[in-house]
Amino acid sequence: MELVLFKHNKPEGPLSLAEYRAAGGFQALRKALGGMSPEEVQQMVIDSGLRGRGGAGFPTGKKWSFVPRNLPGPRYLICNCDEMEPGTYKDRVLLEANPWLLVEGMILAGYVLGVEHAFIFIRRGYETPARNLRQALAEAGEAGLLGKNILSSGFSMEIDLHVSAGRYICGEETALMNALEGKRANPRSKPPFPAIRGLWGGPTVVNNVETLSNIPSIVQNGPEWFKGLARIPEAAGNKLFCFSGHVRNTICVELPLGMTLGEMVEGPCGGMAPGKKFKACIPGGASTPFFTASHFDVPMDFDAVAKAGSRLGTGGVVVFDEQTCMVGATLNLIRFYARESCGWCTPCREGLPYVQDVLERFENGLGEEGDIELLREHVKYLSLAFCPLAPGAMGPVTGLLQYFEDEIRDHIVKKKCPFKT
Amino acid sequence: MIPESMKKELLEKVASAVTSREAAVDVMKELQRHYGWLTDEAVDEAAEILGLSPLQVDELATFYEMIYRRPVGKRVIQVCDSISCWSVGCDGIMEHLKRRLGVEAGGTTEDGMFTLVPCACLGNCGEGPTMMIGDTLYGRLTAERVDEILEMENKRYE
Ligand SMILES: Cc1cc2nc3c(=O)[nH]c(=O)nc-3n(C[C@H](O)[C@H](O)[C@H](O)COP(=O)(O)O)c2cc1C
Ligand code: SF4
Ligand code: FES
Repeated sequence: MELVLFKHNKPEGPLSLAEYRAAGGFQALRKALGGMSPEEVQQMVIDSGLRGRGGAGFPTGKKWSFVPRNLPGPRYLICNCDEMEPGTYKDRVLLEANPWLLVEGMILAGYVLGVEHAFIFIRRGYETPARNLRQALAEAGEAGLLGKNILSSGFSMEIDLHVSAGRYICGEETALMNALEGKRANPRSKPPFPAIRGLWGGPTVVNNVETLSNIPSIVQNGPEWFKGLARIPEAAGNKLFCFSGHVRNTICVELPLGMTLGEMVEGPCGGMAPGKKFKACIPGGASTPFFTASHFDVPMDFDAVAKAGSRLGTGGVVVFDEQTCMVGATLNLIRFYARESCGWCTPCREGLPYVQDVLERFENGLGEEGDIELLREHVKYLSLAFCPLAPGAMGPVTGLLQYFEDEIRDHIVKKKCPFKT
Repeated sequence: MIPESMKKELLEKVASAVTSREAAVDVMKELQRHYGWLTDEAVDEAAEILGLSPLQVDELATFYEMIYRRPVGKRVIQVCDSISCWSVGCDGIMEHLKRRLGVEAGGTTEDGMFTLVPCACLGNCGEGPTMMIGDTLYGRLTAERVDEILEMENKRYE
């Protein structure tokens, strides 16, 4: 397979500007600024079929096309590097090896959107990626790739790095804009959508690190080439998958979209860890409903995974072996969400601790048959929350109810967790 | 009170931001670095520097995981308790740390050296169990490795 995002990686530390250039870096930017209109570049991204890698999978070129270009005042581009969804660590691995794809991708996106001031919002604790980015931004400025009159094209843009102080909700795009503005990072209501009224009221695009890092290769090699990278015709491009849990190789790898779950587990993951048998997995980060071994044939792409009842999400695959209690796993996930709830709306603030309590009762042998129905009701009510955090939190609960109801019942009948000795 | 030079630097930072509030998180972090935690005095100073009320600063301070409105030890030990680390035994690591340090989660050791807290995913999910001490990330933890790390961290301050 052909690598795009990890193509340039070397084992010892981040790629330098000289190395990136020697490997063809910034040729896409030269190509775009040298003879393509912003509309032409945008059309390439639309035609490539690139979909957002931050979790929601929204078509990137289409998102850009929503931005009105005729309103007075500045427009903004924000790169989302909050990456706090449990099981997800791909943006860190990418930026530790190579910050340049992101920098070039952001300049290209900025050119398309007519943005003069862009931001990278990075989570706390990502010290190495932040250091790499700080250095890359400074070097790009010195090399005339950022700042005034980039590559003598007349286009000017700067990128600021904002290091967060830690809170999962800051990754939600409207909460992120509040965080950047120095306000309490509760989400904003949509509409108005960020493309119309976002950061400081200006039209704003929020894109994930991996999404933006794909842009240079699309501009360089064309949309058909990008599409052709995927394993199935419905998909487009490669994707970073990060594996954790009970497989042998818990690593982050770049794979063609559309490879099946089974191929991934048996191939790059090296199978299960010694002595372990596959029971279930989270296919795309903490908020996605579980898959079981019956899903090994599902192609790992946005539509195929959605059709099978889950979401490709961030590509964070967490694998559980047969000794794992799925009630316990769900409880762990719900505790995360209950703690990270921003408290703005009632269904989430009050509902998540309630769900947590029900799951704790199962684990402690105090659950009753009626509690299963209570869980089901909460899946329904929490979908009414103000932002996607609470419905996302119900992802694992949905999976638990669908595939592991017997396991819940086992807890009720035995009056204890059957996995605890 | 913070030194005049630091105040001047922070005021410059605020002046160069798009709006003064934009610099709020950076200002809180700098003040916390100075005092060790965000004291009431620090909240007042941040408010003055940012042109906000102390309540507006507190509204931000209490939102973030990394801003401490209570005293903490010289080193804060954050143990990831999210799903990937859970699947490889982070609960055992937390119990071990509690026993070793003689504190409950949220507590600070008697010598004021360590504060122990659970935290959300640190983005090191492939190499769990994971903890962070200061700016340093430690993965693939075992009880033995934790003991070694504590010893090393203690030495740094001797
Ligand atoms: C609670 C919550 C947390 C999120 N965290 C992130 C994140 O850390 N990184 C990210 O890129 N997107 C995150 N998203 C999705 C963003 O809202 C947004 O859809 C995404 O950044 C858009 O980029 P993309 O179109 O390139 O995927 C989160 C969404 C929610 C609801
Ligand atoms: S769903 Fe949760 S995180 Fe989202 S606004 Fe409501 S309380 Fe905040
Ligand atoms: S789950 Fe512990 S680092 Fe991600």
